[in-house]
Amino acid sequence: MANSDTFQIRTEEAPLLPAPVSTTGVIGWMRKNLFSSISNTILTIIGIWLAYSIIAPFIQFAFVDAVWTGENREACLPQDGGHSGACWAYVEAYFPQFIYGRYPTDQTWRVDIVFALFALLLVPLAIPSAPFKRTNAILFLVVLPIVSYFLLTGLVIGGAVVLPIVETAVWGGLLVTMVIAVTGIVASLPLGIALALGRRSKMPIIKLVSIIFIEFWRGVPLITVLFMSSVMLPLFLPEGVTFDKLLRVLIGVTLFSAAYMAEVVRGGLQAIPKGQYEGAMALGLRFWPMMYLIILPQALKLVIPGIVNTFIGLFKDTTLVLIVGMFDLLGQIQSSFTDPTWSTPSQGHTGYLFAAIVFFVFCFGMSRYSIFMEKKLHTGHKR
Amino acid sequence: MSVMEQDSAGAPARASLVNDPKYRGYFYQLLLVVLLVTLGYVIVTNTIANLERQNIASGWGFLENTAGFGIIQSLAPYSETSSYGQAIFVGFLNTVLVAVVGIFFATIIGFIVGIARLSNNWVISRIAYCYVELIRNVPLLLQIFFWYFAVLRAVPQKREKWSFFFDTFHLNIAGLRGPKPIWEPGAEFIGYALIIGIVATIAVSRWARKKQDATGEQFPVFWTGLGLIVGLPIITYFVTGMPMTLEHPNFVEEGPILRRGFELGVGFNLIPEFLALTAALAIYTAAFIAEIVRAGIQAVSHGQTEAANALGLRQGPTLRLVIIPQAMRVIIPPLTSQYLNLTKNSSLAVAIAFPDLVSVGGTVLNQTGQAIEIIGIWMAVYLSLSLITSAFMNWYNQRMALVER
Amino acid sequence: MSKKILPLVLGAAMGVAATTAAGATTLEDVKAKGFIQCGVSQGLPGFSNPDAQGNWTGLDVDLCRAMAAAVFGDASAVKFTPLSAKERFTALQSGEVDVLSRNTTWTMSRDTQLGLNFAGVNYYDGQGFMVRKDLGVTSALELSGASVCTNTGTTTELNVADYFRANNMPYEIVAFEKADEVVAAYDAGRCDVYTTDASGLYAQRLKLTNPGDHMVLPEIISKEPLGPVVRQGDDEWFNVAKWTLNAMINAEELGVTSENVDNMKSSDNPSVKRMLGVEGAFGEGIGLSNDWAYNIIKNVGNYEETFNANVGPDTPLGISRGVNALWSNGGFLYAPPIR
Repeated sequence: MANSDTFQIRTEEAPLLPAPVSTTGVIGWMRKNLFSSISNTILTIIGIWLAYSIIAPFIQFAFVDAVWTGENREACLPQDGGHSGACWAYVEAYFPQFIYGRYPTDQTWRVDIVFALFALLLVPLAIPSAPFKRTNAILFLVVLPIVSYFLLTGLVIGGAVVLPIVETAVWGGLLVTMVIAVTGIVASLPLGIALALGRRSKMPIIKLVSIIFIEFWRGVPLITVLFMSSVMLPLFLPEGVTFDKLLRVLIGVTLFSAAYMAEVVRGGLQAIPKGQYEGAMALGLRFWPMMYLIILPQALKLVIPGIVNTFIGLFKDTTLVLIVGMFDLLGQIQSSFTDPTWSTPSQGHTGYLFAAIVFFVFCFGMSRYSIFMEKKLHTGHKR
Repeated sequence: MSVMEQDSAGAPARASLVNDPKYRGYFYQLLLVVLLVTLGYVIVTNTIANLERQNIASGWGFLENTAGFGIIQSLAPYSETSSYGQAIFVGFLNTVLVAVVGIFFATIIGFIVGIARLSNNWVISRIAYCYVELIRNVPLLLQIFFWYFAVLRAVPQKREKWSFFFDTFHLNIAGLRGPKPIWEPGAEFIGYALIIGIVATIAVSRWARKKQDATGEQFPVFWTGLGLIVGLPIITYFVTGMPMTLEHPNFVEEGPILRRGFELGVGFNLIPEFLALTAALAIYTAAFIAEIVRAGIQAVSHGQTEAANALGLRQGPTLRLVIIPQAMRVIIPPLTSQYLNLTKNSSLAVAIAFPDLVSVGGTVLNQTGQAIEIIGIWMAVYLSLSLITSAFMNWYNQRMALVER
Repeated sequence: MSKKILPLVLGAAMGVAATTAAGATTLEDVKAKGFIQCGVSQGLPGFSNPDAQGNWTGLDVDLCRAMAAAVFGDASAVKFTPLSAKERFTALQSGEVDVLSRNTTWTMSRDTQLGLNFAGVNYYDGQGFMVRKDLGVTSALELSGASVCTNTGTTTELNVADYFRANNMPYEIVAFEKADEVVAAYDAGRCDVYTTDASGLYAQRLKLTNPGDHMVLPEIISKEPLGPVVRQGDDEWFNVAKWTLNAMINAEELGVTSENVDNMKSSDNPSVKRMLGVEGAFGEGIGLSNDWAYNIIKNVGNYEETFNANVGPDTPLGISRGVNALWSNGGFLYAPPIR
């Protein structure tokens, strides 16, 4: 065996390698996602510290130190100089006012019915697979507003009081927030569709008017629109005619959100392939039947997420009405701060925290829905 | 259409005017014009009648009258004896200041959070996600109140202070104080030097790009630019005999108690209303910008990242040189509308006593009763700010657009 | 397409909400609808403030109730519209409210240039300053260098500018839109001084975390006569507002209260007889029934009663009568006689 030294025969076992780094399980996951390098580890530690320094005081305030029951401010005053937590007893005492404002207590069932009807009609409308969409939509967009209007303001037929009149000055809280946001969206939808069609129209004057209208309202802040509707609108009306304050705000909000709605709808119209228009025209359909039967059903379905996002924006923006002296949820909470029975150092924080939670729950829920619809709709038009 | 309606017999059947889309178009447009003119006429006559009946003056003469009220922060000379016109101008400058500072910070925070959302680090991406969802779903007004009252409660009272940066900046409930530059004759040369520095930097960066295109050699543009922009003014400062001094805030600790604390009008001061408003606007808008940035980065094909990795680029340069420039094309249009939103949202200053355009205008409105003129000014200013911002961003967008062969 | 008119159509459709006064006088209009629409503040304890149940109380509120009692004999025939300082005059001008009883200062420009009439003064006020006790300040003249919190869009903002300038004192003004925000900012220590009408200072002090730590300085730097406002050019309604207030003041002077008013009907004092409608027909002269003043006193009370119930020494505000006492007691209140 001349070249036996070129062979190497291992006579003993190779040394055992350490087990490969775990890539599964908690440890492996942490190793991969949190501590893959030194800089990553530092980031992780900073992140955890950041999260802790925000979450810990929050839990301390909202739960640990919180006061859950009590009759008046005595319960919520800081004990022996320590930190005071959230005063949930105050929220509990004021809860009806946060929901209904100063709506007469014996009439609040009417508001409850409106809320219930709203939810009852909205849920099947929002579920894509629920049947009777068209009936449902008509009920929601036409019948519900009329019924709610009479339920909320009152109904007197020929002098007989069916439902006592409740003037809008006593409305408040979540009721006003919902009324402004929902009316704003429902009323701005047809206006927005008309403007979107107008902007795409071939008739120059109509196009120009639509563009000016849309760009004007999109260019100015909502707060100036609200000031305008509360201070300037009365000047536009003939002598002796006055609009209810809520109605004035609604007009301002509707015009404002119609401009945004128009842009959302225009996006949907643009996404419809030209072939659809051409096909409809080839069938001899005129403009309105073409829009009503072919284009709008497709376009509106596409823009549902956009409408929901506009609604979220409007829902948040309703808080601005407190600047013109109306009592939406935030305004109502703020006005309750003046009550000496509940005045404590933590009252303001508790009130704002409650408002933040309510708005977050509504807006987050809606944005999840919008994302769900987006994913669902995404498949249809992919080419 | 009318052409198609000719019947086969060859006789050109004149379609009735009602069915002719062209004429129908004219009719609709005429109808619209008539309606708008009628509406306008009704509004104008009603308004004039109401103004006369209520004895409210109209016209722009009031802008010359003495305002008589004080404004806490002004970038232009202003006192109680200034006119309403000057007061509104001061408000306008404050709006612009909030918008510019807010946009600057919102962009930085937004990009950081947007990139953090795509981080491989689970903790970081979760925190970014929570930030975005929490901030986006709570009304801005609520956040402004939160920041304002949180800031007020957290910082030292008026006669105490926190100092930082070697005792040059101080924070207390009256605001953030720092040194104010006082310009003396000859100081304009420093300004010229700064402009020259900026122009030179642009020139150098162009030259460096050409050189890199031609030879592949890199030139340290960043450091050269920094040297030019910072160095030139500093050299000029010393050459011209130091024509600028810093006026430091004066913290009084003795004397009548109300005079203690920082002396009014000495040094540079950012009032807490400004800090809270800017912070709220920047943090709120940043959440939206973060989503735009994330979408923009995700829109860049993954192949680009892989190609960059294959070329041996590290993560930082990949992001900076490959991903972001391409993502910018997707990012800029929605970014523009966020900038516009921030500018418009700055009008919420009215809720926390920051004297912006809407707040000062509201005071003037209240004193003069001239609602139409004031609201007209508001609308005109915001519309022009919107137009200017969109024009600038469109220009930038065109520069960034993909140059196709 | 021409959907710009939609809002107007919408408004017409919601016609119930858009009220139309068919050109009649305010008094006829009020009688027809059966209640008085009264513009009040958004919440100022002692003057017009809603409680948790939404019932309004206060000196300004009682004036509206008294007007309702005079017109309808029913003090509850009144509805309240909370108004901000900014909206109040527009609301009255446009007819949204029939009377504005919202601690509004009577000034010449408001009386002459806004198309409004002030019907009298139901509270003589003046602008004052509130400070923390631990500052050790005892006079407004020591306020040099202070930062001052106040409401925007009121006369107080102008008065404070004049005062500090006249006394050559540097100051810093922080002007908020709503009174609640002023209180919150002052409470947090943003300002050294809170300035508004003295009555307002006492009212707002209740909302501070520790009301006892704050004091109102003795200086009053302005005249702020507060009173009800009506639209100009409607003398009938103007008279109702003016004489409602006068009747309350006269009642105090004549010693007629809500408790003894029934007995007083048989009083021998001809002034009392005339006021309560036993003699003469003074009510008809202003378009009301002759027992108009009786109704006011019976249902709401005289000036002293409303003052003591809302802002007087036994209320949390604890304001003494001071200049708001009757002329015969050294104050400013002086109502022309009913005869």
